[in-house]
Amino acid sequence: MGLIYNEEQQQLQDSAREFLAARSPVAEQRRLRDEAVPEGFSLGIWKEMLELGWGGIAAPEQYGGLEFGFQGFGPVFEEIGRHLSSAPLLSSVVLSASLLESMGSEQQREKLIPELINGQRRLALALDEDCRFRPERVGLKARKDGDYYVLDGKKTWVVDGFGADGWLTVARLEDESLAIFLVDATVERVQVDHLNLVDSRNHAALTFDEVRLPAEAKLPGKDALLALETVLDRGTACLAAELLGMSESLFERTVDYLKTRVQFGVPIGSFQALQHRAARLYVDLQLARSAVLAAFECLNDPEASATERSSLVSLAKWKAGEMAHRVSNEAVQMHGGIGVTDELDVGLYLKRIRVVQVQLGDSDYHCERYAATLR
Amino acid sequence: MTDIEQFRLQTREWLEANCPTSMRTPMPIDEMVWGGRNLSFVSEDQRLWFERMRDKGWFVPDWPVGYGGGGLDPQRLAVLESEMRRLRCRPPQINLGIWMLGPVLLEFGTEEQKRELLPPMARGEIRWCQGFSEPNAGSDLASLQTSAREDGDAFIINGTKIWTSYGNMSDWMYALVRTGPKEPKHAGISLIVLDMNSAGVNVEPIDLISGKSSFCQVFFDDVRVPKRQLIGELNGGWPLAKALLQHERRAMSKFSEISLPTHFDLLEYLRRYLPDASSPGEIALQQRAVSCLMEEHAFRLTHRRINETMRARQDASGLMAISKLVHSEQERDKFEVLLDVMGQRALGWSGDGFSERELALTNTWLNSFAQTIAGGSSEVQLNVIAKRVLGLPEAK
Repeated sequence: MGLIYNEEQQQLQDSAREFLAARSPVAEQRRLRDEAVPEGFSLGIWKEMLELGWGGIAAPEQYGGLEFGFQGFGPVFEEIGRHLSSAPLLSSVVLSASLLESMGSEQQREKLIPELINGQRRLALALDEDCRFRPERVGLKARKDGDYYVLDGKKTWVVDGFGADGWLTVARLEDESLAIFLVDATVERVQVDHLNLVDSRNHAALTFDEVRLPAEAKLPGKDALLALETVLDRGTACLAAELLGMSESLFERTVDYLKTRVQFGVPIGSFQALQHRAARLYVDLQLARSAVLAAFECLNDPEASATERSSLVSLAKWKAGEMAHRVSNEAVQMHGGIGVTDELDVGLYLKRIRVVQVQLGDSDYHCERYAATLR
Repeated sequence: MTDIEQFRLQTREWLEANCPTSMRTPMPIDEMVWGGRNLSFVSEDQRLWFERMRDKGWFVPDWPVGYGGGGLDPQRLAVLESEMRRLRCRPPQINLGIWMLGPVLLEFGTEEQKRELLPPMARGEIRWCQGFSEPNAGSDLASLQTSAREDGDAFIINGTKIWTSYGNMSDWMYALVRTGPKEPKHAGISLIVLDMNSAGVNVEPIDLISGKSSFCQVFFDDVRVPKRQLIGELNGGWPLAKALLQHERRAMSKFSEISLPTHFDLLEYLRRYLPDASSPGEIALQQRAVSCLMEEHAFRLTHRRINETMRARQDASGLMAISKLVHSEQERDKFEVLLDVMGQRALGWSGDGFSERELALTNTWLNSFAQTIAGGSSEVQLNVIAKRVLGLPEAK
């Protein structure tokens, strides 16, 4: 692939747009919020997405995947953003299935990956412990006790953690190295609290109170931090694509409003002060799109080095985040009074954008990470 | 083997045999060859490369052979360009006429004008400059006042043009002049070409805040220009000017492609002057600098995207419209950060207290202000994006 979508990606985008516009428009997100659906998404729509094959986009054929390549997630997440749709595609497939693929035993991979991509099972990644993203700062302890491990500590901001069938939990072993445990939701002494953020989606806090797990719950793969970094890069790129999709939609709505809203007897979009601000947003959107596509191109390339990958992924999240911040602020401001009402969808986008900006690292985090690749 | 593959092989062989190795290196700005009456070379290789390409008609590979061009179709042109890129061949000459006036002449010129003007251009014999802006017609170009009064078989030109790059070194000028003083402003403009050696033409170089510059002001005092040097219709110059300006934007992006990547690598300076930022202020400065580098990276990717979009025959006009704005503002922003990184070492004006490179930095920084104004100021670029790309309504 390159910096424009190829034919297959274009088809994927077209079909995703058609499907989401019909089945998961912004009104659906509003309904989920108003009805306070605790999972933050509709199970029925999630099943339909999986029937479209979204779960298997990047997964190998042996596990029931389509082997389309990771690049397929670019257009899909862009459309998810555009329609403000919610689904556990990021948490259960992009993050969890990828992590199992690199760290799980053959047995775990053969059983769990097919279940994740067909929706029989839903997992979430339990990584964060702090309000700001620092994946290497893990405090949750895992103590060996005979044939068991005992987990003790807290996790927070677990995306789609509420109602999940289990959590891939990052913990620190006694020798200070990191390990990943598959914690089944049925085990005792795990407390799940729903965290209601401005985006009304599924975020959870998990408290592990001396949770006893059989030894095989620990994923056997080596170098958890390295595996995690690769997986987080994938997730980060998907979030950047979601930011891009949300911003494009917001921007289109705003430009339309500038063309139709009449004050002083003319459309307000004829005022140069607003024209120039809108033009600058367009510039930012284009720069962000180039960066997001470059990140997907790199993630799809098996030859790419880890440095190239972190450089391009961090660039994408940084630029998409900065851009989305400006676009959402300007969208509200340019809509004027109606822009701050709940009735208008603009506010829903703004709130979701802020959450995604922070998830898996905000602009400062990714600027620092990009800087590290320059050394 | 298809004809195209055959052409690629032949072209590759020819370039390998005929492009001297020293012409396959990045080109410093002072080693550009400008065609024209005062043609000069700094090396024998330069001369060879210039003459060989000229004799192939490859200064203008896609112009018809009858006008001195190479007669290549778009597919073969793309092959030649990609083979030249592959070998990193320098452009054998730089000529504004070829990039901007040439395509307009091909489209709007009479057969006689094409036969008279295009072949010397294609051989690199005439260096062209542009006479568009005037002291009172900058962003509002159509308000230009330089007059062309009809007098028998000639026009008599009076007035002045400003910001003419290399006006003092050029042989001919293509200029917008007012032929219809009573018409509405866009409908009274004509495009003419004139010899800079004509009686009554005077050229004054302009000093900028950065010092010496290539910009000139050109004065016309009863300059006689034969009527056959009118291009297009009388009073029909405005649409031609718009076509020219579109070619100008393309030419500017081509120009930045062939000129060396910017001499001042922010990263290099960051490593030298701020090797281990530790205080909060230094860390904040470092982050500002890294943000600059990230913006530049995103723009380089966008540049690549423009090329891919065009190759895929998709619409790249929106992306082209942001290109000049982003590039010129990023350059200026980068120098502003460099200034903060280097403190007063970046503010030297002259003398032995500063290295040549430091003085060049001051000059380039000050010159970056001109870049956000020349060739359509940032504000004009934003207008274009707002109106043509976003379709926002005109002010009443």
